[in-house]
Amino acid sequence: MKLPTRMRGKGPDAHPGEDTRGWLPPQVRAAWERLPEPVRRLVLPLALVVLAFFYPKYAESLPGAFPGVGTLVIMIVFTMMAVGLNIVVGYAGLLDLGYVAFYAAGAYTAAWFASLQFEQVTFHFGSVGISQEAVGIHISIWLILLIAGAFTAIAGILIGLPTLRLRGDYLAIVTLGFGEIIPQFVRNGDNIFGFDLTHGTFGISPIDSPGFGTTLEDAIGVPASFQQSFDRAQWFYWTALGLLLLTVFCSVRLRDSRLGRAWIAIREDETAAAAMGIPLMRTKTWAYAIGAFFGGIAGAYYATFKSGAFPSDFFFNVSIFLLCMVILGGMGSVWGVVVGGLFLAYLDQEGLAKIGNSFSDLIGKQIDVPKYNFGVYGLIIVLMMLFRPTGLIPERRRKKELAEGVHDESLYDVSG
Amino acid sequence: MANEPKDLLLDAGRVRKEFGGLVATDDVDFTIPRGSIVSLIGPNGAGKTTFFNMLTGVYRPTAGSIVFDGIDITGKPPHAITKLGIGRTFQNIRLFAQMTALENVLVGMHARLHSGILGAIVRGPGTRREEREATEKARELLRYSGLKSRHGEYASSLPYGDQRRLEVARALATGPKLILLDEPTAGMNPQETANFIDFVAKLRDDRGLTVLLIEHDMKVVMGVSDRVTVLEYGEKIAEGTPQEVQRDDRVIEAYLGKGATEHA
Repeated sequence: MKLPTRMRGKGPDAHPGEDTRGWLPPQVRAAWERLPEPVRRLVLPLALVVLAFFYPKYAESLPGAFPGVGTLVIMIVFTMMAVGLNIVVGYAGLLDLGYVAFYAAGAYTAAWFASLQFEQVTFHFGSVGISQEAVGIHISIWLILLIAGAFTAIAGILIGLPTLRLRGDYLAIVTLGFGEIIPQFVRNGDNIFGFDLTHGTFGISPIDSPGFGTTLEDAIGVPASFQQSFDRAQWFYWTALGLLLLTVFCSVRLRDSRLGRAWIAIREDETAAAAMGIPLMRTKTWAYAIGAFFGGIAGAYYATFKSGAFPSDFFFNVSIFLLCMVILGGMGSVWGVVVGGLFLAYLDQEGLAKIGNSFSDLIGKQIDVPKYNFGVYGLIIVLMMLFRPTGLIPERRRKKELAEGVHDESLYDVSG
Repeated sequence: MANEPKDLLLDAGRVRKEFGGLVATDDVDFTIPRGSIVSLIGPNGAGKTTFFNMLTGVYRPTAGSIVFDGIDITGKPPHAITKLGIGRTFQNIRLFAQMTALENVLVGMHARLHSGILGAIVRGPGTRREEREATEKARELLRYSGLKSRHGEYASSLPYGDQRRLEVARALATGPKLILLDEPTAGMNPQETANFIDFVAKLRDDRGLTVLLIEHDMKVVMGVSDRVTVLEYGEKIAEGTPQEVQRDDRVIEAYLGKGATEHA
């Protein structure tokens, strides 16, 4: 984290959070100021990570509005996808309305390589919690996550090569198309010249569980198979948390690298970026591939958590939902997207129902609030655009832009 | 000039560009000797920027060939041409507005740096050294271009003249042999223009760069250019030393209109 700190310089907006600490007692404030800069920057994230890590231990004693551990797993998976999408939309400025395709690709990779789907073969490699005689391909979920990431990244490249030549709206429309094609393909993939690839509308279920195997269970007490463990949700939660942190870490590192600079340059001005020696196609395709990589991992992990991959999970509205998370959190801002993602996923999973219940109790009339979920998200986005258009935690660049109102990007190439 | 006439850094032969029925540049021959400052001038709409965009790969010529430093670059993509050693600025400033001055220059170095995705994530000693050296070099370029104290400021918040300088610094960062400046003094007052022209001369003298200047204002380039080429309606109407060009009847006509030659 050394370079970006220096690059940010010592301008008045260099450390936006620090002027707001006036509420601290002077002694505490002075002690805080004495801490070296890198330490100060790490305190808040570390505290949050520690709180998050122990969440399953104190979740029971929290008020009812807090999400359960199982819900948190889903929230985190969606947030992971949002962080992946943020690389494409937030960093590189490529509007992708078909991100759900990557989610599906990841989920089905897990379904193919860790289930009974291909009964023609029997292949086991590090699988846990199932009989060694079970038919189908059964590869360790830990490996599957990597395979799913790689497979989805390749899918991202294949989708990217023909589409990334397009700009702006055209790209959005074509990605929208791909987002529709993949679920359709999945739905109808149960008879490809007589071969059942996706099991059609029924989906593929069950999918093997992650786990550490019986040897490690006996030795240090970690569960052999998460699904069969008493603390199922908690283990899925810790793994999800680890995956999210890894995604965030990679995302931040990439942002502050040569590649990240190239993405932002393309977002700012494609023509100028090309003139600076940035290969447009290759750089954009990398954004796609890396965004897809994390989407694929998240998809595969969600599939193993639910123990199934079903075509009904991969509708267009998922793409929009993920995009809402990115916009709500702040395009290009990793921490913003994490907050936006957790918040919207919470509303979707539990929040709306809970708010609905309280509201219904209050007015004494039953109202099904979750039914209006997309209305609520739409309202949230509209309010955001009105009052805080750069997102909950804006990327520092965009904050600047809005404060000054100096964005003069031309809609067409005017250099000719 | 001490250069031998044969040592051409850029050799464009019969370059033609048509947009539909419009001929923007009509079989233009154009050469740039190594180490010289060459200017391309002409009234607005003469095809200067079109020509420029063909040299930098933004447009593919309809016909003709462009050879740079012994390599045929006709129709190559912009990033490949930049990598071979042609840096450019834009007529209407095209900085990365939401990046700092330093970051703008670092983007310019893209083709000269090597770290990839794994390097970015792991950030091993090689990547860190590369970034450190690149940052150091970028600071030096900013100093050289007269933006010493401005490295942390966003490009969009710089004053106009500094934005022009930053564009040059960014172009220098691409490690060019030839730098193309597209109307770099547009919008500058006479004093700023004079300073900038001195800076251009310095680029050649200190850094050994070859410079191609595009201008519609003839006066700007007269003092500094070794050779001047004049375009009008996509055709080359004159070429030579600034003095020769200034006396050319067709040039005077192009700039001042028909009849000007008779009264002159």
